[in-house]
Amino acid sequence: MSPASDGAGGTPLGHFDSIADVAAGLKKLDYVADDTIAGVVYLADRLAKPVLVEGPAGTGKTQLAKSVAELAGSRLIRLQCYEGLDESKALYEWNYRKQLLRIQADQSASSWERLEEDIFSEGFLLTRPLLEAIWVDEPVVLLVDEVDRVELETEALLLEVLSEYQVSIPELGTVRATRVPLVFLTSNNTRELSEALKRRCLYLHVDYPGLTREREIVRRRVPGISEELADQVARIVRSLRTLELRKPPSVAETLDWARSLVVLGMEAVDAVTARDTLHVLLKYQQDIERAAKELLAGGA
Amino acid sequence: MLDLLSGFVAELRAAGLPVSLTEHIDAGRAVHEIPLEDRSALKAALGATLVKSGAHWGAFETAFEIYFAPRRGAAVPGEDDAAANVPEGGAAAADVSGEGPARGRSGGGGNVLSAEELAAMVLRAVRTGDRAVAAVAARHAVERYAAMEPGRPVGGTYYLYRTLRHLDLDGLLHRLMEEERTASTLTALEERLLADEYRARIAALRKAVEAEIRRRLVADRGAGALARSVRRPLPEDVDVMHATGEELAALHRALRPLSRKLAVRLGRKRRHGRRGPLDFRATVRRSLSTGGVPVDPRFRHPKPAKPEIFVIADISGSVASFARFTLQLVYAISAQFSKVRSFVFVDAIDEVTAIFERADDPANAVRRVTTEADVVWMDGHSDYGHALEEFDRRWGGDVTSRATVLVLGDARNNYHASGAWVLEQLQHQARHLYWLNPEPRQYWGSGDSILDEYAVHCDAVVECRTLRQLEGFVAELA
Repeated sequence: MSPASDGAGGTPLGHFDSIADVAAGLKKLDYVADDTIAGVVYLADRLAKPVLVEGPAGTGKTQLAKSVAELAGSRLIRLQCYEGLDESKALYEWNYRKQLLRIQADQSASSWERLEEDIFSEGFLLTRPLLEAIWVDEPVVLLVDEVDRVELETEALLLEVLSEYQVSIPELGTVRATRVPLVFLTSNNTRELSEALKRRCLYLHVDYPGLTREREIVRRRVPGISEELADQVARIVRSLRTLELRKPPSVAETLDWARSLVVLGMEAVDAVTARDTLHVLLKYQQDIERAAKELLAGGA
Repeated sequence: MLDLLSGFVAELRAAGLPVSLTEHIDAGRAVHEIPLEDRSALKAALGATLVKSGAHWGAFETAFEIYFAPRRGAAVPGEDDAAANVPEGGAAAADVSGEGPARGRSGGGGNVLSAEELAAMVLRAVRTGDRAVAAVAARHAVERYAAMEPGRPVGGTYYLYRTLRHLDLDGLLHRLMEEERTASTLTALEERLLADEYRARIAALRKAVEAEIRRRLVADRGAGALARSVRRPLPEDVDVMHATGEELAALHRALRPLSRKLAVRLGRKRRHGRRGPLDFRATVRRSLSTGGVPVDPRFRHPKPAKPEIFVIADISGSVASFARFTLQLVYAISAQFSKVRSFVFVDAIDEVTAIFERADDPANAVRRVTTEADVVWMDGHSDYGHALEEFDRRWGGDVTSRATVLVLGDARNNYHASGAWVLEQLQHQARHLYWLNPEPRQYWGSGDSILDEYAVHCDAVVECRTLRQLEGFVAELA
């Protein structure tokens, strides 16, 4: 075992009792998890390891972290990644204005050594999400969203936090987590993440759901939808995904579509309604045309 | 358990998955945390700790099914409660066939059903979508049709083929749809949805048959031996020229995210590359805060020239699938190049740039290229010499010193004249001239391949048989 995962990553966090417990709990919060998702969340809790969630956009990766936070009764701390994210935005920064004020206020009195000690103390530190997550003394779920957007070099910032749950600050020493947070990283797979990062995480691939799960999701997340309509929506979406589209409909879009059907007061989807509302589901004109042709104009 | 796990990890590594020691240890810890009798939990645990890429999931699944196949008797994978009503399902199926319930009840045993009974059961499995019935039907079907011979070192595809041929699932779909159509009038939409539903159920049945065959093979020959015979290369390592239909489909799926990834990576490389020339104005402005001393020199953002690309692709039968992939990839990332022009040839050459520019989807465009381009001159066999000469005559002047020329082909010239002087001239005109060959290196220059004659004029000749090699080359190029 590498010394990295030897550190804090051994003791179970103890939020959940069993896989079934996770699945049932998430379901209560209207997040329909399949066996794999529930299993990996449970393992993350037991092994105290971060989870790297990968998959197409709009399949509920971010929502998973939010729901788990709610389930575990933890605060959600979120770090949205983007190109150009750096240390001072992700980890910590010294509040230099406050430091300057402190120096000016103190000009005559104390010796420089004491002053230096003072201005590099915790009171002058601005915590950013990663440090915040291990600093606070309450259960926390840390969500590092769209981690594939940062540059390869910035990824390295995450490594220490992810494997040992600590942050080293040169002036202050090492800050260790008092409570190990549950960490989720999401990625849309626009680039290959580094081996080092992947090795430290449990990997969870979230794909488009199957028919039964999608139906369940629609029923739970769209208030006032009838059993039949939910079924029909899920079936149509499944058929659409078998076509070769530029962007197959995601779960988020399925939900949008189901909601608009409910708002329009539809009891069932027929060809005309489907054609008129297809733009909610598909985002490219060419896809819409194709779907209309394949699905609605017959020819099975 | 730990021995089994080590064997499993060794198999994954042999299949090409990069499993590190840390990951192996994590997997060992993970299986301690879950109830071992729960197969889906075990799969989640091993998948999460050992597989770190969506593209490798398929290989993992194959190995998992073999190493952790449910033992005989535990009927349906992952559905213990469904196993309880299996005999009932079998009996009901027998009812449908009109033979009385007595025979069906012994379904789980060695008793072989008649062909009609089996067909009825299959029909029932598809019509109701009951997975327990499907599993029983699969078991009987394999029993009856696969005619498995113990000890033969095969992967089971042949048994699968034999079983499925007897079940005639396509015909079944057709019959069911006919039935539905006569029973009630369906709109186009309903019909389509129904067909998709049946298709999904038939796919499930096919999976059940596969699982059954695999289970028997494991029982016969042991997991390790079977895993060796069904091992498949990962999508990025599949040889494009010799890919099966299924592998080609997987490659196509892999190509789209790959081109997106490449585009992102190349864009980044451009913007974050080395620093550009000194920005004099900005440096002077900056120096004001240091009393006019230019302590902090500023640089312009680099604007590296985007290369112009000429792709000249052989699309004769022997290398067609390779050329299609390369064209598709080049076009998918064409935003990274200032201009891409493409030419295809067999024994005559034609420009197809316009087809790509008009099409929204590169896959579509490639399909059209093969039908619309005017590439046959004499007999429709590759003639590099004639094609190159014609290229030089018609478009040779367009190749400037900013251009990079890619020639895709196996250089199998059917003993025509080589026309290598065109390449010599192109090499002088263009910035770079590369030759991508989809053949393994050891075949170069053998038989009617005259690659050696061309190679002396190229900056590099690259073996480009798999997606991984292609990706590497394109990243290098831009």
